[in-house]
Amino acid sequence: MNKQHLEENYYVCGHTACAGCGQSMAVRIVMNAAGKNTIVTNATGCLEVFSTKAPESAFGVPWIHSLFENAAALASGVETALAYQGKKENINVIAQAGDGGTADIGLQALSGMLERGHDALFVCYDNEAYMNTGIQRSGSTPFNASTTTSPSGKISAGNPRPKKPMVEICAAHHIPYSATSSVANPKDIEIKVKKALKIKGPKYLQIHVPCPLGWRIDSSKTIEVAKLAVSTGLYPLVEYEYGKLAKSRKISSPKPVSEYLKAQGRFRHLLKNEEALAGVQKVADKNIEYYGLK
Amino acid sequence: MFSILAAKPKSSARNKTGSWRSTKMPRLLKKECINCGLCKFVCPEGCISGSEKNQYSVDSEYCKGCGLCAYICPKKDIEMIENKPEKSNSSEEAEKDKGVGK
Ligand SMILES: Cc1ncc(C[n+]2csc(CCOP(=O)(O)OP(=O)(O)O)c2C)c(N)n1
Ligand code: SF4
Ligand code: SF4
Ligand code: SF4
Ligand SMILES: [Mg+2]
Repeated sequence: MNKQHLEENYYVCGHTACAGCGQSMAVRIVMNAAGKNTIVTNATGCLEVFSTKAPESAFGVPWIHSLFENAAALASGVETALAYQGKKENINVIAQAGDGGTADIGLQALSGMLERGHDALFVCYDNEAYMNTGIQRSGSTPFNASTTTSPSGKISAGNPRPKKPMVEICAAHHIPYSATSSVANPKDIEIKVKKALKIKGPKYLQIHVPCPLGWRIDSSKTIEVAKLAVSTGLYPLVEYEYGKLAKSRKISSPKPVSEYLKAQGRFRHLLKNEEALAGVQKVADKNIEYYGLK
Repeated sequence: MFSILAAKPKSSARNKTGSWRSTKMPRLLKKECINCGLCKFVCPEGCISGSEKNQYSVDSEYCKGCGLCAYICPKKDIEMIENKPEKSNSSEEAEKDKGVGK
């Protein structure tokens, strides 16, 4: 690999993510936006496994993994130690996790990090299931998605519960910044990471990262499918400041959700089930109204 | 038994993941490029380099052939062509430079 690439990037080639992995795309953008003076704590999950296959690491900044549930607790400790040493001013602390490591098992540690006011950014890479262990449903899995623990079939249209509203849960701590982003618009990730890191205090950023394997899409469709999630209203791009909705990306003429669903194996069963399809359209309509997307 | 589990920064680069490519690989046409840098920005492998018009290149030793660079290029200046298989990682190279316990 050419030397320039290795010098310019803080997350490099040779990692073992699947071809076209949205999470792998997003993490380089996050790392490069944060830059050299950054310490990262990482929960267990695909990202941790594919980036740090022992004895190797794809990261070019200090990076620590401990457990599935405690990325935010680790970041809290790192931040406190840096502050004690008088070094926090110039160093970014980032905790990162998948949606399971954020919305489910990592939620308590995350809430603690926000509530105690640590100067750190938590990044959730939302691929909407436990991908690393075989596509099990998480609290962040969308309504009616088929996963290995919420399979669609004769008596089920997939995951029976709506997606957990993590961005609102974080905003409810009245932190300075809680936002969503997506690989649908890769530059948006860079802008929001830079913005978040300029703010002192706890920050939350959740990035929609399609997973070709778990969503059953071709590896070349990662960005296209993420765009459809945004343009149907199923993945609103929003920013909360101190608990109040400050900005939302407008979608002037929302596409029908079927455009998004038919592109993915995990939703294909809905195309033959009018009632279940209408249920997903209702989720999008509600988002459009709630966030004022039109 | 106890040992420190640590790895050298960026040491993953010794994995030549180009051997994973199956059916397709990108070809940069180098005709209409406007130096927007988007292909390099989105490549999940980070294996595209370049900073001038029509001068971008793909490192086929790492490219997994996903096709996202071709999708994002606003000038359609990247096309996916039939894959040329890459030699797989030599075990000798993987043995070198181990970071565990150091
Ligand atoms: C306490 C604990 N329970 C379960 C596991 C097994 N485990 C490892 S990764 C993972 C799924 C991670 O899902 P997510 O956080 O969404 O990340 P993804 O792999 O989808 O990127 C699970 C269940 C674990 N490592 N530790
Ligand atoms: S399973 Fe999904 S999230 Fe995990 S590496 Fe593969 S594409 Fe990425
Ligand atoms: S095909 Fe995928 S891995 Fe290969 S250069 Fe393009 S974006 Fe990178
Ligand atoms: S995306 Fe296309 S136009 Fe932009 S730098 Fe790459 S090859 Fe050039
Ligand atoms: Mg996940």
